[in-house]
Amino acid sequence: MNWLLDLTPDEWNAVRLSIRVATVAMIASLPPGILIALLLARGRFWGKTLLNGLVHLPLILPPVVTGYLLLLTFGRRGPAGAFLAEHFGIIFSFRWTGAALACGVMGFPLMVRAIRLSIEAVDRRIEAAAGTLGANPLWVFATITLPLILPGLIAGAILSFAKAMGEFGATITFVSNIPNETQTLPSAIYTFTQVPGGDEGALRLTLISIVISMVALIASEVLARRVGRRMDIE
Amino acid sequence: MTLSVDISHRLGDFAVEARFESAGRLTALFGPSGSGKSTLINLIAGLIRPDKGLISVDGNVLVDTAARIFVPMHKRRIGMVFQDARLFPHMSVAGNLRYGRWFTPASERYAKMDAVVDLLGIGHLLDRRPAKLSGGEKQRVAIGRALLASPKLLLMDEPLASLDEARKAEILPYIERLRDETKIPIVYVSHSVAEVARLASDVVVLSQGKVAAAGPTEAIMQRLDLLPAEERGEGGAVLDTKVLRHDEVFGMTVLASQAGEIRVPKLARAAGAPVRIRIRARDVMVAVERPAGLSALNILPGTIVSMKPGEGPEVEIGIDCRGATVVARITEQSRLALGLKLGSQVFAVVKTVSFDRANTGGGLPAEADV
Repeated sequence: MNWLLDLTPDEWNAVRLSIRVATVAMIASLPPGILIALLLARGRFWGKTLLNGLVHLPLILPPVVTGYLLLLTFGRRGPAGAFLAEHFGIIFSFRWTGAALACGVMGFPLMVRAIRLSIEAVDRRIEAAAGTLGANPLWVFATITLPLILPGLIAGAILSFAKAMGEFGATITFVSNIPNETQTLPSAIYTFTQVPGGDEGALRLTLISIVISMVALIASEVLARRVGRRMDIE
Repeated sequence: MTLSVDISHRLGDFAVEARFESAGRLTALFGPSGSGKSTLINLIAGLIRPDKGLISVDGNVLVDTAARIFVPMHKRRIGMVFQDARLFPHMSVAGNLRYGRWFTPASERYAKMDAVVDLLGIGHLLDRRPAKLSGGEKQRVAIGRALLASPKLLLMDEPLASLDEARKAEILPYIERLRDETKIPIVYVSHSVAEVARLASDVVVLSQGKVAAAGPTEAIMQRLDLLPAEERGEGGAVLDTKVLRHDEVFGMTVLASQAGEIRVPKLARAAGAPVRIRIRARDVMVAVERPAGLSALNILPGTIVSMKPGEGPEVEIGIDCRGATVVARITEQSRLALGLKLGSQVFAVVKTVSFDRANTGGGLPAEADV
C-alpha cells in the first residue's frame, strides 16, 4: 500500500493546486452567483432570457470552446485580459488564477441554478412581513432571504467546487498544463496517461480525487442537514 | 388618531374606490370576500402602491399620488398582523418578537418586551421555533411581533380567519385587551359579524370595492341590508351593557342596558364588568301588548322608529327602547296582522337562550370548557 501514499512532490503540488483552484473558484463565484440568481429569479427586465442563456452556455458548449473563448477574452492580448493586467496587475493567462477563472466559469451555471431554485422557494410574503416591521430591502435580504436560501447556497457552492475539481477541457485550453502553476489533478492524470510507466501515478491521483470528491459531497450533506434542522421550515 | 383614506386602485377587472375617515379605537373594515378590504389594508400598509389617491395617518401623508409621495412600507411604522402569521421560520419566537426593535429608533420604542409577552401570554413559548407552535400561538406571537416594533397604527388582516372556533375564542380576549389596554389604534379586517360586533368601535362596510357605509358599530350592525347575505342572520342590535348581578338559582346573569334589564345565560364575568351583547334581529319577537303567559324572559318596551322591507316576506323593524335601538325581523303578514306602523308602542321579546358565546362577547364559557 505504500506506493499509494508515497506521492512525488509534483503530485502533491497537483493536489494542493487543485484544492486551491477549486476553493478560489467557488468563493469568487458566490457573490456574482447570488446576484445573477436573484436577477433571474425575481428580475423583470428585457434580455432576461438572453442572460439565462449566457449563464448556461458553459454547460452546453464543449469545454474546449469555453477555454478558447476565455483565452481570447482574458488572454494577454484579449480585451479584458489586457485591461485587468494594465490597471490591476491581475494576470490570468498561464497562471493558476486563470485555472480558477476557467473552473469558476464552468461551475457557474450549476451554482446559479441551485441558488435560483432556493430563491424561488422563498415565501415573499415573509419578506413583506419583515418590511412592515421596518426592515429596508437590504436588511430583509440579509436577515430573511439569505438565511432562508442557505441550503441552496451550500448546494450551489459544493456543486461549483466539485465541478472545479474535475474541470479539464477549459482549463488546459486556457492556461495549458504547467506543473506547479496550472497543472491541476485532471491535467496531471492526463499527463501520466501520456507517458510510458505513468499508470501508477495516474491511479494514485485518481484515488485521491475520488476521496476529495466524496469528502466534499458528504461534508455538504452534513452541513445542509444541520442548517435544515436549525431552520425547521414548515 | 385619524386615518384618512381616499384612493382608487385597479387590479385586473377589480377596482377599489374607497374614501373614508376613521378615528376609532378599533375600526373594522367589514365586507364579504372580494369586497376589497384586504386590498385596502395592503394599500395602507404600503404593500401595494395605489393608482391614484391619498392616505394619511394623523396628518402624516403616507401616499399622495398627486404630489408623488409614496412612503415605503419599512418607513411607515405601521404594524401588520397577517391572516397566516408569517413568522420567520429560521428564528425562535424571541427572535421573531425582537425583530422590529432593531429598526425602531430608541426614542420611539414604547413597547416593552415583558409587557407584551404578558399581555399575550406567550412567555412559555420564547425559546420555541415557529414550526412548533399551534395556529393560535403563532397568531399571538405575530401580534406581539407587530406590537414590539412600536407601531403608530396596527393593521390586522383577518387574523382569525384561518383558525377554528376554539382557537378564535382563545385569541379574541387578547385582541380586546390590546384594544382596551394599549393606545395603538387598530384597523381590523373581517367578514364576520360576530367578530366585528364584539371588537369594533367603528365599522367601514365595503362592497365591491366601494365604501357602502361607515359609522359607529351600533349603528352599522342594525343595518341588515349592509351585511353580506350569508351573515345577515347574525345582524342585529349591539348593546354595551354591564353585569348587574348573577342569578345563581337559575344560572343566569342579569345585564343592565339602556333598554332595560336583559337576562342571559350565566356569564363568567364579575358584577360591574362591561359586556357587549348582540341581539340578532331574527331572535326578536314583537308584541303590541305586554305579553303574559310567555316563556321569554326579556320584554323590552319601545317605539317603532323604522320599518324596511327585508328579504322575501320579511320586514325589518327598528324599535327604540329608551334610546337603544333593537332590530326585529318579522314577516310582512305578522306586521299587517298586528297593525304595526311607525310610532306604534310595542314590546321587543328576546329569549334568554338565544344568547350564546358568539353574541355575549365571549362571556359564556365555550362548550368545551363546561
